[in-house]
Amino acid sequence: MIPDWLTPAIMTIITASTPLVFAAVGEIMVEKSGVLNLGVEGMMIMGAVAAFAIGVTTGSATLAILFGALAGLVLALIFGLLTLNLRANQVATGLALTLFGLGLSALIGHSFVGETFSGLPKLDIPFISKLPIIGPLVFGQDVLVYMSVASVFFAGWFLNKTRWGLVLRAVGENHDAAHAIGHPVNFVRMMAVLFGGSMAGLGGAYLSLAYTPLWVENMTAGRGWIALALVVFASWRPGRAIFGAYLFGGITILQLHVQGFGVAIAPQLMSMLPYLATIVVLVLISHDVNRFKLSAPACLGKTFHPSQ
Amino acid sequence: MNKSSLIGIGLAVVLIIALLSSVGQGPSEKAKDDGKLSVGFVYVGPIGDHGWTYEHNEGRLAIEKALGEKVKTTYVEKVPYGPDSERVIGKLASSGTDLIFTTSFGYMDPTIKVAKKYPNVKFEHATGYKRSDNTATYSGRFYEGRHVAGLIAGKMTKTNTIGYVASFPIPEVIRGINATILAARSVNPDVKIKVIWVSSWFDPGKEADAAKALIDQGADVLFQHTDSPAPVQVAEKRGIWALGQASDMRQFGPKAHLTAIIDDWAPYYVARTKAVMNKTWTSGDTWGGFKSGMVRMAPYNKAIPADVVALAEKARKGIIDGSVHAFQGPIKDQAGKVVVKAGERASDKMLLGMNFYVEGVDGSIPK
Amino acid sequence: MAIRLEPRGEVSQGMIYGSPLVAVAATLVSGLVLFAILGVSPLDALFTFFISPVSSLDGWTELFVKATPLVLIAVGLSFGFQANVWNIGAEGQLTIGALAGGGLALLFFEAESVLLLPAMMIAGILGGMAWAAIPAFLKTKYNTNEILTSLMLVYVGLLVLSWLIHGPWKSPDGMNFPESRLFHDQATLPVFVSETRLHIGWLIALAVVLTSWIVMARHIIGFQVKVIGMAPMAARFAGFNENKVIWIALMISGGLAGFAGMIEVSGPIGKIQPMISPGYGFTAIIVAFLGRLHPVGVLFAGMLMALTYLGGDAAQIELNLPNAVTGVFQGMLLFYLLASDVLVKYQIRLGPSAPIVFKAGPSK
Repeated sequence: MIPDWLTPAIMTIITASTPLVFAAVGEIMVEKSGVLNLGVEGMMIMGAVAAFAIGVTTGSATLAILFGALAGLVLALIFGLLTLNLRANQVATGLALTLFGLGLSALIGHSFVGETFSGLPKLDIPFISKLPIIGPLVFGQDVLVYMSVASVFFAGWFLNKTRWGLVLRAVGENHDAAHAIGHPVNFVRMMAVLFGGSMAGLGGAYLSLAYTPLWVENMTAGRGWIALALVVFASWRPGRAIFGAYLFGGITILQLHVQGFGVAIAPQLMSMLPYLATIVVLVLISHDVNRFKLSAPACLGKTFHPSQ
Repeated sequence: MNKSSLIGIGLAVVLIIALLSSVGQGPSEKAKDDGKLSVGFVYVGPIGDHGWTYEHNEGRLAIEKALGEKVKTTYVEKVPYGPDSERVIGKLASSGTDLIFTTSFGYMDPTIKVAKKYPNVKFEHATGYKRSDNTATYSGRFYEGRHVAGLIAGKMTKTNTIGYVASFPIPEVIRGINATILAARSVNPDVKIKVIWVSSWFDPGKEADAAKALIDQGADVLFQHTDSPAPVQVAEKRGIWALGQASDMRQFGPKAHLTAIIDDWAPYYVARTKAVMNKTWTSGDTWGGFKSGMVRMAPYNKAIPADVVALAEKARKGIIDGSVHAFQGPIKDQAGKVVVKAGERASDKMLLGMNFYVEGVDGSIPK
Repeated sequence: MAIRLEPRGEVSQGMIYGSPLVAVAATLVSGLVLFAILGVSPLDALFTFFISPVSSLDGWTELFVKATPLVLIAVGLSFGFQANVWNIGAEGQLTIGALAGGGLALLFFEAESVLLLPAMMIAGILGGMAWAAIPAFLKTKYNTNEILTSLMLVYVGLLVLSWLIHGPWKSPDGMNFPESRLFHDQATLPVFVSETRLHIGWLIALAVVLTSWIVMARHIIGFQVKVIGMAPMAARFAGFNENKVIWIALMISGGLAGFAGMIEVSGPIGKIQPMISPGYGFTAIIVAFLGRLHPVGVLFAGMLMALTYLGGDAAQIELNLPNAVTGVFQGMLLFYLLASDVLVKYQIRLGPSAPIVFKAGPSK
């Protein structure tokens, strides 16, 4: 028979991975357009605080989610204006964005410490959600989990099957050529940056609404950075990003379970596992030079100077 | 790359300084001597952590409330260990603060160093063991609270498994785990305790993950020695019991929250501030528990049966009058060796440096 | 109305000096608004942020102490960034360097030798290099992206520190608290301004700035790094060995980060403890770009960054502003400084559309 702990353990993994999925898929879109935004952590935490604040004051989960995305988007807009319109350095601006976001979220969130949010409603279909394993896992999640999975499919479809996806990739591969054939380079990039910001905001919203429905300063605790690493891990493919997020989340949860069973290994060494595993898996999939190079956008991080 | 553009940045710094200097005298020039006693606090976390730092800040506010116009308090939050803490403590001392509380273990050496430089300023360092003429130390006997909580947990568990979300294997945390299992086993010999270390004091997500893993492995009462209320929330959702840490966490799990071990620094902070005012302050070590009010229990959950509440209260009162001790022999370590003989109690020295698990803890202390 | 950016024929000499001033002006204005909203006298607040920390000799020495690791790391990172080698794991390299240098101090705890300190420095540099060698090896041998490997190794490095300090390396007479023994004088960096904390690490940082300035300007390595960064194809035709540059970039940045870590534990900290750096490895990335990847620029940028931290302390102590305000203010200052760069290479024109149009908004 199926052990009792299996289903809840998988549920835990899904919860732990969902914020990473959102942020990573968003950042893939950004980086595919040739922009490197290292401010994911800052956009995530703003999403978390905005979603929680709106959720607590209005009681509406829909509004909370919306404002989470919006907060991430606003921060991304700052980034976009600075790096695309004013051509500031992307790496430094992204990091400054993280400083800014962590500070601003703490200011806004100050009066919400100690509050709780009842959490997001979960899907509950009569009978079907009660099926063993499949029921709760496939039909018993909250709306944001479904959105995160949908975003993966959307991003994959958009990048590979639509004309605008083609344009976005072209802009990321060679902005001069894309500009020469009349594609609006900076417009495309701005849209990608804004999309990435709202996705990071959603990831943050998931943290403060569903994962741990509360607000405390710095509650993202470095998840934005992990999401950035997952983009590289995924070699800029949304499908691989969700795989990477679940792998990372899965190993994190697994090592906690192993500890609970009383294995005598220092917890610090156990906590290294998800990081080491990501490195090892990336080495395995990236050693084929020719196949891997194709996926990294050639213009990543480079500022576009239209008439030079 | 244009070299001179860099110099522009240097220029910017100079300009800011010049501009502002011309604006005139800043606040630091203002006379400090307004007759108020100035009390400074150095915090390791943000005051919004709802845990360790939050409670110290409550203590600061209590000083303001109790002494009103006679005091002025300031704080610096999120001060990293090391060079930054020494700078901040030094800055507080040099800017006319009379009494400085440094509220984390990592500030020990910096506090001592700065105290040497400012002999007229009084320093209070939390949870350390180094003192000087103008540096006192203080900490709470939180294990007393864990004893009471452990009794309740031993009675309330149905699966005989207590889950413990722990931060780092330091004596303070290990002491808490031991106090919990000793108390729980005294009322229910079949109880086991499972510990998961999250290698962080503060990561709500990871704390929640660890709590879930413990529940999945059969725990039905959750303890935590990390700072966020996330484990209590998880317990509420999964319909099991939980015990709050550092502050009353009831609002995060009204059904699950059995009680909480509260760090209440207010009485100590007010007393020490008054002592400085009255010029009766002396250095020393205070390790306060229930008796001094530094450790309190949050209101008991209504779902706890009356006899269990009575048991818990009896223990709490016993600890206050000295008839009960959380580490009453005989105590055996995991290997079965007697570490505290029957009829004896663990010494404070043993408690302070505690580095072994007692019988009943699953697994071993990470080395 | 459309705002147009027109490229200047060549960089504007006036704007090289002018652009940071524009940034400062913008920061001051925003600062006035921000502090007014927070209910603090804006002038007091700005004074507290920028002047009061450095209104005394003590303040300046503290500024240098704080800037030392930032400058050291950022100089190293600048090499790599110019060659498009994205080492964002300096924090991990710093940690391992601190462990290597500090570990030596613990290993030879009783040694009364003048050689101990130099040996610790070498160990610190080698430690940082060793940690950076992992991404270098994986990048050159398996084509594994160094952004991921160097970042993941930050977390691994911090956990190594945590494991050592909660286990084997904790002080034998420290009541099992997670701290090593305090280093002896032979293992501690000397202070060169008495009564302050200003240790010779600052002089080392200055020497490193000078050396790398010369290297970047004069040495063939500096030339190769720049060419690979700007024109990888040309570099390949010229026969530069790309792998060699990757290795050099990571060794320099890793070594300097490790050195910074050793300087921190041997200087102002004086022991190994669970937290060695409050994120210097990440802050240094900002410092590197703020200093335009040039050693002298990095020096100023590092001092400016350090000043904002000191100002943050002062704002909390003197004005009771929460720490969060520092983050917001730092972010704003950086935004303006980074954005003002545009004025050097472009001029702003108002008017109807020309080749490229930028509206003051997200779309065009």
